[in-house]
Amino acid sequence: MSLTVPTSTTLVELQDVHLSFGSNEVLKGIDLKVNKGDAVSIIGPSGSGKSTILRCINGLLIPQSGKITVGRTRVDELKTETERIALRKRIGIVFQQFNLFPHLTVLENITIAPRKILGISEAEANRHARDLLEKVRLEQKANAYPGQLSGGQQQRVAIARALAMRPELVLFDEVTSALDPETVGEVLAVIRDLVREGMTSILVTHEMRFAEEISDTVVFTENGLIVEHGTPDEIFSKSTNPRINSFVNGLGGRATPLHDGEGI
Amino acid sequence: MSIVLKQERAKQLPFGGIFAAVLGLTVIAWLFLNQSLGQVLLEWLPYLAKGFTMNVLISILAIAIGTLIGIVLGVMELAPFAVVRAPALVYVQIFRNAPHLVLIFAATYIFPFELVIFGNYVPFPDWVKAVVGLAIPASAHIAEITRGAIQSIPTAQWDAAQGLGFSRSQSLRWIILPQCIKRSLPPWMNLYASITMGTALASLVGVHELLHSANDASTAVQRTDFTVVVYLTVLIAFFLFCYPVSRFTQYLERRLASR
Repeated sequence: MSLTVPTSTTLVELQDVHLSFGSNEVLKGIDLKVNKGDAVSIIGPSGSGKSTILRCINGLLIPQSGKITVGRTRVDELKTETERIALRKRIGIVFQQFNLFPHLTVLENITIAPRKILGISEAEANRHARDLLEKVRLEQKANAYPGQLSGGQQQRVAIARALAMRPELVLFDEVTSALDPETVGEVLAVIRDLVREGMTSILVTHEMRFAEEISDTVVFTENGLIVEHGTPDEIFSKSTNPRINSFVNGLGGRATPLHDGEGI
Repeated sequence: MSIVLKQERAKQLPFGGIFAAVLGLTVIAWLFLNQSLGQVLLEWLPYLAKGFTMNVLISILAIAIGTLIGIVLGVMELAPFAVVRAPALVYVQIFRNAPHLVLIFAATYIFPFELVIFGNYVPFPDWVKAVVGLAIPASAHIAEITRGAIQSIPTAQWDAAQGLGFSRSQSLRWIILPQCIKRSLPPWMNLYASITMGTALASLVGVHELLHSANDASTAVQRTDFTVVVYLTVLIAFFLFCYPVSRFTQYLERRLASR
């Protein structure tokens, strides 16, 4: 919990967001508020619209109706691609499948956006990248290519790459779902550090115990709606909603033996 | 993918080597047994070599111009706007399906023998027209190679680039096109070999390249055995040029495959 940065300034706000792909209504009126420095976890069954919410926040998807605010930017009112690009520079996103650039070394993966988009000098970008690599505990892999790294290492590079743009907010889209159980822990440890430092984070995750441990707020989505939101304690222990109880316990219970105390 | 490539390499290697060795040894043995023939060929070799530099020059210029224009056309083929897409698609379809010889003839007779640039008369020689005639189909083929390579890059790479704040054109320039190089190398090499062999067609419009020189030599010497040997020499020259290029491409492919 990001107790180190106590603040109640709202950074992200969604109001009554509706989004459909054709006749398939994916988001049916999402309301969400994320304070600066907070970590918010979105949990819920597959297909409930979790990842779609993240993609609306950084403008990769454009909802049919509703208000989305990031800082002072009204995301839903952005008209041009140029304006949406400006927004994305402020928001880091980490994907389930890492999506590192295979033709670039680890260091180049991290520095390419700051250098080509922000125009930062190579020396300065490299220095920052090495700091970030130290933070994700991969400083010795700077010159490796993504294909030479394990899944967990690739995902930590992806996190460093997102941080290299010095974002105000980082979106984590099921970042451990494609990893084998042994490497999940190293990625979660990096995210835990980030959240403790006060980086505003929104996580879509199936790691229930991890969500419980690090989140300020947990949101449960189902069928395009936020069914319940509250503190981790309210969702994981005190919820009276039988659907949430069975989801939380079902997943948590099943995964426990695999992980030996690391966040599930 | 890499396994398939390795198998192809394994099949190619002995075939190319055997072909070169047999042809080379035949010619050497022949020249050794008939030394006057060897002497005549030796006299004509500088003339033939001069002709071959023209083939090399035409092929390099044609592939260079074709590659530059082709990449632009390939990107245009995938543009979000039909106004940009349509002309590229039409160009590619027309010139990809035209025989090289027809395009060389067309270029030779459509363009004037000199151009007026800022009041100066600049000669427009036949060999430059041959470059144009070969650069046109090369660009059409490279457009298709480029388009295919871009489409074969997973969309997740575009997502990742956009997520970092790259625009569409920046994503192409820094993320997508660099990844296309490796995928495009084998078809690019095939095309270069085909363009190089196509340079011999330029002899038909009077360009003094290797085949034209061989004709000259054969006409001047008037010996049947010399005629056979001189055309075998032409074959060997093309082989000795194309084979190392193909090996170099395979080397590049292997080096890039580790990434």
